[in-house]
This record gives sequence, C-alpha cells and structure tokens, in this order.
Amino acid sequence: MSAFLRKHAWVIGLAVLLAVLLGITKAIQPGFGASGLESLARAALPFAFATAGMAVVVIVGGIDLSVASMMAVCAVTAAVLMERMAGVPALMIVLGVGLAMGLINGALIVLTRVPDIVVTLAMLFVWEGVALLILESPGGNTADWLERATRGFVGIDLLPKPFVIMAICIALVWVPIRRSKLGLSIYAVGSDEMAAFRSGVPVGWTKVAAYGICGLFCAMGGLSLAALTGIGEPVPGPYLMASVAAVVLGGVVLGGGKGGLLGPIIAVFILRIIRTILTLMAVDPNVTTIVEGVIMVGVVMLGTALTLRGRRS
Amino acid sequence: MTDTPLLDASGVAKSFGAVKALTDARLTVARGEVVALMGANGAGKSTFVKILTGALRPDRGRVLIRGQEARVGSPRGARRSGLVPVYQEPSLIPDLDVMDNLRLGDTPVDPFRHWVEALGIKGLRLTDLIGDLPLATLRILDLARALAAEPDVLLLDEMTAALPTDLVERVLETVRAKADAGLGVIYVSHRFTEISRLCDRATVLRDGRTVGELPIEPGVEDRAVELMLGETIDLGQRDAATLQAVRRGTPRLAVRGLAAAPKLQDVSFDLHAGEVLGVVALEGQGQDELFDVLAGFRKPTGGTVSVDGQAASFAHPADAIAAGLSYVPGNRAEALLAQRSVRENIALPFSARMRDWGPLRLRHERARVAHAIEKLQIDTRAQGEVQRLSGGNQQKVTIGRWLATGVETLLLFDPTRGIDVRTKRQIYPLVRELAEQGAAVLFYTSELAEVPLACDRAVVIFGGRVVDVIEAGAADEATLMRAAYGLTAQEGAA
Amino acid sequence: MSMADTDTPLVRFGRVLRDNPMIPLIAFLLLLIAVLEVMRPGIVMPFRIGRDGLISSFWLGNLIKFAIPLAMLAACQVLTMLTAGIDLSVGVVATVSAFVCATLSSIWGVPQAVMMALACGLVVGLVNGFGVGIVRVHPLIMTLGTGLIATGCLQVYQRYVINAGSEIPAFLEWLGTGRTMGMPNGLFLFLPFAAFILWLMRYTGFGRNLFALGSNETAAKLSGVKSWQVLMALYALSGLIAALTGLLYLGMIRAPSLSLANPLLLPSVAAAVIGGTSIFGGRGSFAGAIVGALILRVLDTMLTLLQMPEGARTALFGLIILAVTALYVRITGTR
Repeated sequence: MSAFLRKHAWVIGLAVLLAVLLGITKAIQPGFGASGLESLARAALPFAFATAGMAVVVIVGGIDLSVASMMAVCAVTAAVLMERMAGVPALMIVLGVGLAMGLINGALIVLTRVPDIVVTLAMLFVWEGVALLILESPGGNTADWLERATRGFVGIDLLPKPFVIMAICIALVWVPIRRSKLGLSIYAVGSDEMAAFRSGVPVGWTKVAAYGICGLFCAMGGLSLAALTGIGEPVPGPYLMASVAAVVLGGVVLGGGKGGLLGPIIAVFILRIIRTILTLMAVDPNVTTIVEGVIMVGVVMLGTALTLRGRRS
Repeated sequence: MTDTPLLDASGVAKSFGAVKALTDARLTVARGEVVALMGANGAGKSTFVKILTGALRPDRGRVLIRGQEARVGSPRGARRSGLVPVYQEPSLIPDLDVMDNLRLGDTPVDPFRHWVEALGIKGLRLTDLIGDLPLATLRILDLARALAAEPDVLLLDEMTAALPTDLVERVLETVRAKADAGLGVIYVSHRFTEISRLCDRATVLRDGRTVGELPIEPGVEDRAVELMLGETIDLGQRDAATLQAVRRGTPRLAVRGLAAAPKLQDVSFDLHAGEVLGVVALEGQGQDELFDVLAGFRKPTGGTVSVDGQAASFAHPADAIAAGLSYVPGNRAEALLAQRSVRENIALPFSARMRDWGPLRLRHERARVAHAIEKLQIDTRAQGEVQRLSGGNQQKVTIGRWLATGVETLLLFDPTRGIDVRTKRQIYPLVRELAEQGAAVLFYTSELAEVPLACDRAVVIFGGRVVDVIEAGAADEATLMRAAYGLTAQEGAA
Repeated sequence: MSMADTDTPLVRFGRVLRDNPMIPLIAFLLLLIAVLEVMRPGIVMPFRIGRDGLISSFWLGNLIKFAIPLAMLAACQVLTMLTAGIDLSVGVVATVSAFVCATLSSIWGVPQAVMMALACGLVVGLVNGFGVGIVRVHPLIMTLGTGLIATGCLQVYQRYVINAGSEIPAFLEWLGTGRTMGMPNGLFLFLPFAAFILWLMRYTGFGRNLFALGSNETAAKLSGVKSWQVLMALYALSGLIAALTGLLYLGMIRAPSLSLANPLLLPSVAAAVIGGTSIFGGRGSFAGAIVGALILRVLDTMLTLLQMPEGARTALFGLIILAVTALYVRITGTR
C-alpha cells in the first residue's frame, strides 16, 4: 500500500488539489452543481485529448508542437464530411486522418533526423494550412448525435456525459497499449534511448507509433471541438501551451520515461477549474487569460528547473 | 565441429573520419574458453567491442559466430546470432521495473531468477524499479539477464568495475563454471588479478591491432604490459637542480584532499610555476572529476584548492580563467566551435567577459592569433572551418587559444589522444617550453609512454586517491603501468 | 553513424553553398523575378515601349517596402537562431508596440508613446531572456508562452483605452508610406538598422559570443562565456527590434489592431531559414535573411497571381522550413 502511495504520490496530490479547488468553487458559488460540472467537463474535453496526445509523445522523449493544428484539421474534416455523409463512417475517416498525420510527424522525425521540436514546428504550419485548405472559414456541420453526446449526464447527475466519453476513449486507446510491449517500448525509449536500443527495442518504430497515438488523440480532440461548436473551425485553438503545461503539471517529465496519462488529465481539470473560479470571482475574462498564461509558463519553468536539477544530481 | 571456434573475428578495421580506431583486430573464442581482451586506453578496445556487439559496422573484416558470418547490424541481430553482451554501463531502463525490463528483451523469468540468486543477490522483487536499485545490483541483473538468454558467447565489458569484492567472487565463479560447461566468454578488463584467475588466454590490442595472444601463466602480467606499450622516443630530462629551484616557494596550484563524489576520493598535490606535473590513471579513476573541478565545471564535495597561496573556488569556468587556470579538455569536440574559423576559435576568450562585448580590437586580435598559429605551427590551409582541420591541428587550436591569451596554469587533459605522431612530437617540447617560460602545467595522459617525455614528475591516481608520486627519471612505462594498475599499492600492502 | 561518410560529392557541394550562401540565394531571387515577369509581362521590366519606368519602379519599391518589416523581424530570428534559439513572441511584441504607440500618442504625446512602445518590447524580451538564459526553458516554449501572456495583456489594455481613440504619429506615417525617388522611406530606418546588425554580428564581442554559444555551448563556457548574460541581452535586443518593427509597421498599415503584425511571425522564421541561418545554431547571416525576405515577398506576389489560397501558402511556408532544415542535416551530417 505504501509503495502504491509513493509511486502515485504526485497523481494523488493532484486529485486532492482538484477536490480542494472544487470545494472552493462550491464555496464561492453555492449554486455550482451538476450543470456547472457539465460545462466544466465540456470545456475540458478538447484540452484533455490534446493533453493525452502530448503526454504520449513527451513520455517517448519528444514533443509535438502541432497538436492544435492537427485538431483543427480533424475538426474541419469532421464538419465537412458530416455534412455530406453518414456520421459513423465520417468519424472513422477523421480518426484515420488524425492517426495518419501523427504517423507522418513521427516518420519525418525519424527519417530526416531533424529534432522533433523543429519538425513539429514546421508541421504546425503545414497542418494549419491543410485545415484552411479544407475549409477556408468556419463552416460545415456536425452530426446531431455527436453534439448530443457532449451534453447531459450518465446515470446519476454528478457524472457528466462528456467526462465519461473522454475517459472511455482515452482508456480504450491507452490501456491496451500501456499493457502491451509497445507501451513498454515507449517508456523504455523515453527513459534511456541507448539502453532501450541495447535491450533490442526498435527505437525508430516506437517513436513513430507514439506520434501516431498522439495523432489519434488529436483526432478525438478535433471531433470534440466540432461537437462542441457544431461547426468546423480551421484556426488552431490555444491547445499547445495548455497541453504542455498540463503534461508538466501532471507529472510527466519533459525528456521522457516517467508519468502516465491520468496525472495530465487531472491537471487539465485543475487548469480549467482555475479559470472557472476566476470567472466566478468576476475577474475580467481577459485578465483570466493573462493569469492562465502566467500559470502555464510558470508551471513549465518550474518543471524545466526541476528536470535540470534532477539530471545534475 | 569441435574445431570451429565459437567466435572468430579477423581483419576488423574501422575509421572515424581521419582517425583510424581499428586497423587489424583479431579475436577467437573456442567452446569453453574465457579470453581476456586487453589494451591500454585508446588501443581500440571499445570500438572492437561495439563492432562485436553490432552497435557499429566494421569498414573491413568479418565476424564469424559458429562459423557463420554474423550480420550484426544491431544489438538484436548480435543476440539472435548467439553473442550476448554485458556492457560497461547498465543497459536496463531506469524508469521501468525489473519485470518490464525482462519483457522488453524477451528474457525468460525463471532462468533469470535462478541466475540472480546464483550470483548472490537476495530478496530481489520483480516489481522493484530499476532506478531505485544500487549500481552493483544492476550489474548483476545485467549479467543474469545475459545468462538467462542462453548465449553461445558472453561478452563482459569491465563488468566488475562497480562491484564489491564478494560479488566479484561470485561473478568469477559463476562465469568460470558456465565456461567449463561449454560457454565461450570474452572478458574485457583492466584487472590482472581477475584475468589471471578467470581467463585461459589474453588477446592484446595496441594502436588498433591485435599484437599478441598470450596463454595465462605466471609472469603473464609483465609480458602483457610489454605488449600493450609501444615504441618509445627520448627527450631527456631536466636536471635535478633546476627542478629543485622550481619547486621552491609557494606552489602555483595547491590541491588538498580534493574530492568529488563518487569517483574522486582524496587527491592532494602541489604544482609549481615552471613545472610539468603528469597525472597517470586508468580510465575512470577520478581524473575527469579532478580536471572538471580545477576548470570550474564541477563543484568539489570536499577538500581545498589554492592558487598562489590564495584559497580559490570556482563557480564557473570564467572564475577559473580569471585565476589563471586554462583548461584543454580531452574531447576536442567539447572545446571547438566546429563550424567557425581558426581565428574565431582562438580568439574566443577575448570576448567572453561582458566588458569585452563591444567592438572587436581586430589588430590586437590578429597579432595574438598569428603568434599562436606560428608558435604551434598550425596548418591553416583550411582555416574557414575548424572541423575541416586534421585532428592534430584541431588539438593545436584548442591549446593555441590559451597561448594567445597568455598561459599561467595550463590543465591539459589527454591532449594527444587520437592524433598523429608528428603532432604529438610537436606537443611535448611545446609543453616543456611553456613550463620553462614560467607556466605551470598539469598534464593527464592516457599514454604512459608520454609521461617521461613531457613531464617532470607524475602523480598516480587509483580509485580516486593518489597512490604514488614518481619522478620522471624513474617513470619508465612498466613502473607507471604497474602503479596505475594499483599493483605497487597492493604489493606494498602485502 | 554518419561520421565515416564525410566526403561525398553532396557534402562538398553543400560546403560550397554554405561558404557562399548569397550566390544561390540571389540567383534564386532573380529566377523568381524572371518567372514573375513571364507570368505577368510588364510587372518587372523597367523599360517598355509605350510605358515609362514609373510603374516598374513602383513594383520594386512596393516589394522592398513590404520586405522591410519582414527582414527586421527576421533579424530577431537570425540572432536568436545563432544561439540555437528562436523568438516566437516577435509578432505579438510588434503588435503590442504598434497598438501602445497608436493609443498613447493622443494621450501622452508622441515621444513618450514611442518610448513606452519600445519599453514593452524590452520587458517581454527580458522575460524571455530570464526564462531561456536562467531557467533554461526551451526558447520555443518560452517565447510562445510570453507571446500568449502579452496577447492577454494587450486585450486588457485595449479595454482601458478603447475610448481614447488612436493617432498615428506623422513621422511614422512618413517612414511607412512615404517615398523618396521611388524608393520607400522605410529604407531610412532599415539601412542603418541593417548596417548595425551586420556590424553587431561580425565585428563585436557580443556577436562572437552568439556564434560561439550556438556552435558549442560547452566550448563557449570553457572559454569563460557566461551564457545567461549573453542570452538575457540577446532576447532583450530581440524584443526591442520587434517593438521597433511594430512602430514601422504601424506607419505602413495605419490601422492598429490586436493582431496587426502577427501574420509576419511565420514568414520571419522562413526568411531566416531560407537565408541560410541554421535553426541549430552557430551559422547564419542577416544579409541572407534580407534576400530571404525579398524571396518570400516575390513568392507571395506569385502565389497571389496564381490565386493560391491562404492555406496553401501557410502549408508551403511550413514545408520550406522543414525541407531546408532536413537538407542541411543531410548535407552536413550534423544536427
């Protein structure tokens, strides 16, 4: 039990922090209840998927700056397709598109030997351009059932449907992978690339796969964006900084090998609820943006400083 | 089939750019045989090991395993062909637990457990995180993992370096027993005592070539030491009176009880202006840490350094430079701006301090750089980019940087590694000349033959401590080699 | 293990190009202009029967006019890339500076407004320098983050001055839109600026340190260079340049908005990369970046003539950056 506590101390701490913040929210606004939770979960949905994708590539020792752009591509693809064809095949195509974009990112990193941060910076613009090519201005339409899926509750009134969907989607992808040899390889490559190579891990393929998984999560994020707005929006949202901050806050070390997806997802909700609290306190929404930005930069700076210190000792 | 050796490597050659790491390396291992692979630092051992294990491809030559050409493109390929290595550094994933590491390499669990216990590790849980285990345990786990894979040939690279004596015993016993049952073993090591207990034969490398294969028998140490050393040149010694005069007064650099955990334990010496003090040590005895501390790269964990009698501590190389200590690192790649010109490389310290950020003093710079180039006879035909110079000329640039600024105390870390003989012979007199002009030089070299050529005396470091101080006159290579291997210390204790 | 194959013909060709990056760049620029002339005869040629040279010098002047702010922001990227960094906050900083100047001019007066605008750039730059040089956050993440915060600050600020109206200082308008002998007045700012940057890179100790940090930080440290000092000064300078560009751009566009100069960010990176500056540090030239900015502007004209949609242009910029860096890695065998 104590070993379990020690291993998961960070995640448990985050969960406690989240609970405290929820309590504070309730204290400021006694009326905060089921609908408040629902809108929180809805707002967090795209952030959670972006963060899950980012977490996987950070665990493998990389970074993907193009998450927001890939989400935009998937959102417009969904909106355009769903206007013309049945929802389910369109959904599958969008997931395929996301996976393909991720695999392309990964393959370019492995083949060109250009550092991941440069490749994904370039791809950020490429995918952004692709999104604009698919849909020049916000438009299209999403299937009604997709939109409905992000509203309401499952069973009791405290379990918002978007939250359940998010949990199921991420678990469906990540749990089997985490348990498989691929999951082990992802952690191994991020932890110590040389040792992984010596242990017989195919390092290149593992990286490509990790970026592919990231692309898949981005497709889900794009779908959730389309579902939330009902249309496709070709301009990438503020998901890059937010996902990096949530990943770092969630206990995944920049540089790889450590952490999981649960911590970063909790971190997403923490960052979202801080926004809710600021809004409830009637802080100017623009000031809220600044506070959020400062928190994110602060978290990343702290994370970097801790990583550097850890490496030195 | 008994005649076919398990492993037969011949004519193996490998170059890195202009540097020939291996020219003609040979090694055979028969069934049930333990072969020691020996060689002084820089003889090409580590390159040879990398080729055998598939981490590098040879330029020429072949590696046969059980008579079949081994296409070892990767560690995976080597393993499939029957050769399993245990590397110098642990190759387990620190962030995964033991079980996951076994799954990663498809290692069967039960044999692994058997070997872990046979090697003397008790109470290991498969759920233990690798990063939490002590280094010695990791080495044993590496070995157990290798044995569990049922290899034909086992390669142990400096495997016992981090082990306490009782575990070393268990390892030697286990490996010997396994060899008697038919396993072939390559044992890379610096330690004569272990080699003479474990091995049947020793293969000696020098300058990238296999220069001898010796049966292990009494007196083999001397023969091996002889083989590992090369030809010699003689520059003569400075006379004792001059040296005595030099060593009077306050030392330029006084080091007392210096420690930098974990490798550097307790080192003291005095370095006077006008003297060249050699540092002799096998790889990894703490000399890297010693130079890092003196250059301001690393904080010591104990002991003191004083410069001209003043206590000094360096938080940044800039502080060391301000105190007159100029450092030339062993790895040229660390010191050079590969894409920049010779001139910029030499003039780099001129603009380091914030008050020198303004306009360059071009005329002054040109004169100083020209002086350094002339003094060192740097071939500047390809001066546009330093990376296009030969290794020897690159090394001259790293030294020239400090000649241009003016040398008080020069810290040279293995300045002749991997460079041609001609340049080497230019560097020794240069080092001496600098000392005669009043500089103090600390000179670590991995080539023992250089000590009497360039130094006035040498401190020998073993296990992070000074074990001997040898005057240049008495510093013939055999003496130094024995001292560096800790043999004199052991004999003295016995 | 790419160390062995150091001397393939491709490598040697790469060296020639690397030693003289201006030759292929200028050739490429001229080629593009020639293609443009074929696509739309008369747009470039100075002398055509029945027409005077005014139209063509108008085109040339226009080309230069719009390349100037791009080249100035590219200077930020060249300088930061020399140390293997990047400054992604320049677009926002230029916007902030322009907006602050335009709104404050009517309240405080022009000189104070200009000083304030430059101070904003300096502050963002110093924060970047702190994050990159002292905390050692990756410059990309750090400058992206400060850009985000600065945007938020700008939005808050806008609500306070929304009623004050804006005023574009006359001399900025003269600088941004005026012409002297067919050439834009922006050159009066740009030529001294370019001379200063070229001098800074080549003939000062600070410039040497930038190259040194980017080529080999360990070597620089060994020689006594304190990297945090250099990085702090560098990012502060980059912020200042971005703020200055914002002022010029304000005079050029004459309509301050909350995203005025943001679209210049990506092309500024592309101009630096095309101009032969390595994103990995240690190699770069501002002269190349200027030609790079011109090339991008000509490409822009061509893509507009081809009625290429905005998306394709964005994607093309991304691909250019990737292709050029990948090619560099391939020819030099270094990262």
